[in-house]
Amino acid sequence: MRPFAYVSAPDVNTAVDAIAEHPRAKFLGGGTNLVDLMREDIERPDTVIDISRLPLTAIETLPDGGVRIGALVRNSHLAADPLIRSRYPVLAQSVLNGASGQLRNMATVGGNLLQRSRCPYFYDGAARCNKREPGAGCDAMEGFSRSAAVLGTSGSCIAAHPSDMCVALAALDAVVETESVRGTRRLPFAELHQLPGDTPHIETQLADDELITAVELPALPLAAHSRYRKVRDRASYAFALVSVAAALDVRDDGTVADVRLALGGVGAKPWRAHAAEAVLRGAPASEESFRRAADAELAAGAVRAGGRTGQPGRSELQGRQGQQDGRGQQGQQGQQSRNEFKIELARRTIVATLRRLADDDGSTA
Amino acid sequence: MAEVHLRVNGTTRTIEIEPQVSLLDALRERLGMTGTKKGCDQGACGACTVLADGERICSCLALAVQYEGREITTIEGVDHPLQAAFTRHDGFQCGYCTPGQICSAIGMLAEHKAGTPSAVTEELNGGGAELTDDEIRERMSGNLCRCGAYNGIVDAVKEVAVR
Repeated sequence: MRPFAYVSAPDVNTAVDAIAEHPRAKFLGGGTNLVDLMREDIERPDTVIDISRLPLTAIETLPDGGVRIGALVRNSHLAADPLIRSRYPVLAQSVLNGASGQLRNMATVGGNLLQRSRCPYFYDGAARCNKREPGAGCDAMEGFSRSAAVLGTSGSCIAAHPSDMCVALAALDAVVETESVRGTRRLPFAELHQLPGDTPHIETQLADDELITAVELPALPLAAHSRYRKVRDRASYAFALVSVAAALDVRDDGTVADVRLALGGVGAKPWRAHAAEAVLRGAPASEESFRRAADAELAAGAVRAGGRTGQPGRSELQGRQGQQDGRGQQGQQGQQSRNEFKIELARRTIVATLRRLADDDGSTA
Repeated sequence: MAEVHLRVNGTTRTIEIEPQVSLLDALRERLGMTGTKKGCDQGACGACTVLADGERICSCLALAVQYEGREITTIEGVDHPLQAAFTRHDGFQCGYCTPGQICSAIGMLAEHKAGTPSAVTEELNGGGAELTDDEIRERMSGNLCRCGAYNGIVDAVKEVAVR
């Protein structure tokens, strides 16, 4: 790891003053992402400002019924908090589905918001990556795209946002509070992360010298009836192929009064499914509606297919032909390494999660 | 270089280190405490697990300077029924992951005792899920065992958990 200067900040003012003085500095919270990226020589701060002792570790109720979560609350404490478990179960579940027990004890809420890509080409210094080195190109496009996104991608980057917690926060209309030498700023969670476009190395709307101090959740009675469902390549401790955060309120007549839906593993940023929500509001809480909603959201999905052209469906054709002439293994390999399965997987996971919430609603009504 | 005072297994140790030295390297290479193992050095395998103020962490992703004043417990400071249980149930083969497994299991049992749910806990607002095999496997998923001694590890943890 490259040497750096170390500053421990006892309070928020010291932290924001220090970063204003050191433009190439980074804040260090739990270290689960930054220390790893520094060891990989991807992050190269000249100064590390340790914020892990800042007094931002409270979870408290707000006068309007919402909840304020300090940026230094660790992931494990957030998931264990009785208020979060009862009022926003989707948030507790999303955190519990991320990383491992050890990492959740270290990782902070603020750090989780800013965690960087897990695209294998971002980590591989020998590969081309526009996120790591602007203008270099992207080896994921024609490479191993199994983990890549299908929504919000660009010609420069197809990396999926890795966070589970952020998927729940997207569904819950959270607000992020920041501090800098210019003062306090509050921005809706939906505006925090930005799509890659031509500048995939710029991942959020935050200025380099802004410190996240808190995340606020609005009062949202509907969120008490919510779930997080994650599908991954092994049963635990793996990033999502697809995940769904959902909250559902069904009226006595069986129609959807209100819904919140967000997706992980498929979006270039934590993906709020507004198109699906629009289909669902007022519609019968039925399997058919859930399927239509999923289709509406996923219609814009862009996949990397098995063939080098990237045309959906071509890999399947190649696979079948391949089996007949003895080259089947190559075709199947293509399907597993590419991300085209994610559209159908996302559709099924959305439907299953909403159906589960609707069934629970029926049994308690 | 900075002078750092680390509390390890009840003793304060003072070392001069650069800020980029991990807690893992400080323990192994500066303090000569090699019970804590280095596996992946990127938080993926759990071999480096130690307890900080009673909570399990990956010492490879922790900078030593950041843990000044925190109470660090390594396998050298552990005297716990889990150790005999791992032996009884063949919870290891080569033994390289075992210090991390034991420290992780101690932290995990404390989390469970405090009522913390896991990703497989169905009732989030209940008093605390029973430590079934599924619960143990989920809660211990941050510790890999390349010998595949998982069945023995689950049995050992379960035996101690139900005491």
